[in-house]
Amino acid sequence: MNFPKELKYTRTHEWVRFTDEKTAYIGITDFAQDQLGDLVFVNLPSEGDALTAGEAFADVESVKAVSDVNSPVTGTVAKVNEELADAPEKMNETPYEAWFVMAEDISGAEDLMDAEAYEEFVKTEGAS
Amino acid sequence: MELKRTPLYGAHVRLGGRMVEFGGFEMPVQYPTGVIREHMAVRTACGLFDVSHMGEVTLEGPDSVKNLNMLLTNDYTRMEDGQARYSPMCNENGGTVDDLIVYKVSGDRYFIVVNASNREKDVAWMKEHLFGDAVLNDVSDAWGQIALQGPAAEKILKKMTAPENIPQKGYHALWDRDVGGIKCIVSRTGYTGSDGFELYVPAEKTEEMWNALLENGRDEGLIPCGLGARDTLRLEASMPLYGHELSDTISPLTAGLGYFVKMDKPDFIGKSALEAAGQPPRRRVGLKAVGRGILREHQDVYLDGRKIGQTTSGTHCPYIGCSAAMAILDREHAGIGTHVEVDVRGRMVEAEIVPMPFYKK
Repeated sequence: MNFPKELKYTRTHEWVRFTDEKTAYIGITDFAQDQLGDLVFVNLPSEGDALTAGEAFADVESVKAVSDVNSPVTGTVAKVNEELADAPEKMNETPYEAWFVMAEDISGAEDLMDAEAYEEFVKTEGAS
Repeated sequence: MELKRTPLYGAHVRLGGRMVEFGGFEMPVQYPTGVIREHMAVRTACGLFDVSHMGEVTLEGPDSVKNLNMLLTNDYTRMEDGQARYSPMCNENGGTVDDLIVYKVSGDRYFIVVNASNREKDVAWMKEHLFGDAVLNDVSDAWGQIALQGPAAEKILKKMTAPENIPQKGYHALWDRDVGGIKCIVSRTGYTGSDGFELYVPAEKTEEMWNALLENGRDEGLIPCGLGARDTLRLEASMPLYGHELSDTISPLTAGLGYFVKMDKPDFIGKSALEAAGQPPRRRVGLKAVGRGILREHQDVYLDGRKIGQTTSGTHCPYIGCSAAMAILDREHAGIGTHVEVDVRGRMVEAEIVPMPFYKK
């Protein structure tokens, strides 16, 4: 299981990569994709949609089930990774490159964890 | 309630199976390979499934066939030894108690395979309606069951047994055969839509058989498969699953299983109700998603803004490469080629009514 140091993480297993204070890329973690299994569909928001920290902004579907993806930040959708819609398996293969959206005008964030804290969180979560 | 384990529980854990509850059992939903690869292995090479959770029941005695013909909608009058025949089992209202497979062992001995989740209900129902000289026994705990499914299945089996121990016709089984040194029942049946076998193995020998099959199948691409792939495979092959396409309130005629309901038999439980109801107002159809999205069970189906029914099962089908579902719709709107809309969690996804099965070997 991979936990890149430069990313921040949520308790609902999303990652966020800030490019500056107001802008960030968002995706789901290696742990999330492993738990979900083979992903076959993603329902993405549109450019300009509002994002609210802790609230669902997209959903992903594995062969078996659907899961919400929550936004780690409050802001606006600046860019959408439309490639994911055509190749949802990228979320399984390279979860930290398979970004869902780029957020801008970020005005707030969830209580985010660094890589070390998230790895610890996953360990306890996985054990439960 | 404490979950039951099959004789292969330890093998699943060692293989990294992700264990979930199903039909009262702890079963592997998938292995680390994942549902898609497991599904594709069955279509292009071979997959191995633990289906030991299924129930096995024996029926013996001079009045066995009379009882089968009264309990079940299919006709069991003419059967060869070893032959298998599928049937729904109806209640008095024409709803479905379960769907099952009956094998004729020989003479007046029969071997019945029922769904795990319905085992107790089925045995109680059958015992309650039994008449004359016929004895029914639940022997589920004595048997493990392994399904070897896919185009390479026969080749793998040939490495482990003599050709005369391999049934050549579908829906036929051979009793008491030696496969890899283990006595078992070899049946050419399955629930995937691909060629394959189901082996009924004494419980205490099931793990030995599982390991021997995996060993002999390695070069043919055989991998263990979980219930996730079992479900996507049966859906791609448009096979009904009890609790979805069939239930206490869904008749086999609504489910499109009229071929297995012999209305010309003198009598069977549910016949008068089915006769009185006539042609059911709804029928089971196949849907393929045209728009983007994954169709799932219990989603409303609309035609020109009017609700015409609901999906009963739906998923992404890896081999045909799109999302497909089965649905029970108003018969008058259920024509092949009709475009409908499915309410996928508030988003309308376009789908087309297409012929079933979605996949045919």
